[in-house]
Amino acid sequence: MAQSNSKGPDKETMRNWYRQMVLIRRFEEKCAELYSAGDIGGFLHLYIGQEAIVVAAQSVLREDDNIITAYRDHGVALARGLSTKGVMAEMLGKSTGVSKGKGGSMHLADKEKRFWGGWAIVGGHLPLAAGIALADQYNGDDRVTMALMGDGATNIGYFHEALNMAAVWKLPVVWVIENNQYGMGTAVTRASAVADIAKKAEAYGMPCCMQVDGMDLLELREMFTEAVEYVRSGEGSFMLEAITYRYRGHSMGDPERYREAHEVETRKADDPITRWGKYLTDKKIATKKDLEAIEKSAEEEVEEAVEFAQNSPLPDPEELYTDVYV
Amino acid sequence: MSTSSPAQTAVEGKTEVKTYRQAISDALWEEMERDERVFIMGEEVGVWGGTYAVTRGFYDHFGEKRVRDTPIAEMAIVGTAVGAAMNGLRPVAEIMTINFAFLALDAIVNAAAKARYMFGGQFTVPMVIRTTTGGGRQLGATHSHAPEPIFAHFPGLYVVCPSTPYDAKGLLKAAIRDDNPVMFVEHSTLYQTRGEVPVEEYLVPIGKSDVKREGSDVTIVSYSKMTVVALEAAAQLEKEGISAEVIDLRSLRPLDTEPVIASIKKTNRCVVVEENWALYGVGAEITARIQDEAFDWMDAPVKRVSQEDVPLPYSRELEQSALPNAEKVIKAVKLVL
Ligand SMILES: Cc1ncc(C[n+]2csc(CCOP(=O)(O)OP(=O)(O)O)c2C)c(N)n1
Ligand SMILES: [Mg+2]
Repeated sequence: MAQSNSKGPDKETMRNWYRQMVLIRRFEEKCAELYSAGDIGGFLHLYIGQEAIVVAAQSVLREDDNIITAYRDHGVALARGLSTKGVMAEMLGKSTGVSKGKGGSMHLADKEKRFWGGWAIVGGHLPLAAGIALADQYNGDDRVTMALMGDGATNIGYFHEALNMAAVWKLPVVWVIENNQYGMGTAVTRASAVADIAKKAEAYGMPCCMQVDGMDLLELREMFTEAVEYVRSGEGSFMLEAITYRYRGHSMGDPERYREAHEVETRKADDPITRWGKYLTDKKIATKKDLEAIEKSAEEEVEEAVEFAQNSPLPDPEELYTDVYV
Repeated sequence: MSTSSPAQTAVEGKTEVKTYRQAISDALWEEMERDERVFIMGEEVGVWGGTYAVTRGFYDHFGEKRVRDTPIAEMAIVGTAVGAAMNGLRPVAEIMTINFAFLALDAIVNAAAKARYMFGGQFTVPMVIRTTTGGGRQLGATHSHAPEPIFAHFPGLYVVCPSTPYDAKGLLKAAIRDDNPVMFVEHSTLYQTRGEVPVEEYLVPIGKSDVKREGSDVTIVSYSKMTVVALEAAAQLEKEGISAEVIDLRSLRPLDTEPVIASIKKTNRCVVVEENWALYGVGAEITARIQDEAFDWMDAPVKRVSQEDVPLPYSRELEQSALPNAEKVIKAVKLVL
């Protein structure tokens, strides 16, 4: 978890960001296969196309900062450093999964790493983020809480209630909107009264960064740095909107009647991983060979995780009754 | 209209086989064609065609005025529908799944269910909240509820839970024509099921339980998906020489226990199957009614088959082990015999 300093990140760190993005993508491509094979059940929401956001966010957070998100949570889990094996085992509903197989794809979490969970009710995690931040403020800790959400989540009551309260109490939260253009099949302009979603921050007197290029790791890092510094200084909340695009359906089995195939193809041409790879080679931070080696090692990590998950036991039947109460 | 005809609801006249999904879709379509005031609003009902494909083709045919995609805003979906209903329209508000109806609980309970009574009968709220319920699909704890009894707790609201295509179509049409707010709860695992549906128009009155299978040894009471489970159990019991009568409540409010009581006077034994948790559930209510009205007729205590008393986990086997199934029903039946 490299903290940026005045000299900027070293080459190793920059190559590692590439690896994180590739790992998330390969992991999810594998998940899609496993879903089709029936090894993963329930809902599966892929983050493919959005990887730069969480990797940039994570790169400016301290290890003891907080992060929380919605159901599209594999990227957060992996960027946060949860074990790839534990996450894959959760996908397969195994006892070795990060949530003991009880949560599945939408409910990854790791308390030790202060990843407070993927939450499946749209907007439901936003007041939780406020509360997590409240506890830190209350205890005099200078931690930052980062709350990620989709564009669609900004239209629900939870969002407005949580933001207002966070603003009134100057809670240390960075509210991150991952604007991937759609909430399921509903385009932003059909669901949100303002297309510049971060304008909603104005209603709560909150500073914001609008329309950050969510495909550009460096721009994202710059804005996240500003946001985190502001929030850590005790001034209160900050909002950041990243413009991005999800390449896959909302979840598996989405008929995608709401967009044309060529729209997806056009967007894919501006890929965050390809862009960052090009930056690295252009600036001679990595060679093509280096990148290939990184890709290979990420693939191997995913394969090992699958093997681990497949060989792991299912939860014991008695596990059904544990953890209902303390 | 036939209301309590035995054995899978014998249907008169010409029929065709339809899925539960198609039957519901047809009901909506016919009512929208019949009455201009009927319109649909909800998440993904339009361009997407409904997340369970119930409203596929509606947006193109009826247009965006009558098939309205909403933001993700359950509180406002129901609240807006209540206002529109009070002011003369007949909204069918869709809540994508019943799990999200918790976000709209206040609008359902404090507005839809109270607007009439609280103002001395001045207002009517002719609206339907269509939603889908149930677990068993590995969707995890927040997305697998079957909380119909919660909604049935409140006077002023009807709660309808069909188990067959026939009932689904007839009840939905009745719900749309009813001047009271109706929560219409479909089961997410029943959409592909098939059954005979009349070609001619028909309605199924709200508030009439239905004997889905006649029998003489034990009465199994259920609703929604659990009726299917009960019928499966009854078919297996028959092979062992045990004759089970299966009663489908069809609506939890109004709750029609007349056929249940009549059946118990014949079988003297009862098992209730419910997908939700037993605590404060439908089984508890049915048992209380039996105590009141058929105490002397009972030869054994009522048994309840319900979900294990835990939130539903993701892992497949674990989740399945928590849900009621035919095997568990058979076991309960044998306990009361
Ligand atoms: C309260 C609630 N309503 C509806 C849903 C169903 N649902 C799941 S994701 C989603 C769309 C969310 O869109 P957005 O916030 O933009 O996030 P994205 O999926 O694009 O990442 C909807 C409607 C839900 N989970 N919770
Ligand atoms: Mg979105």
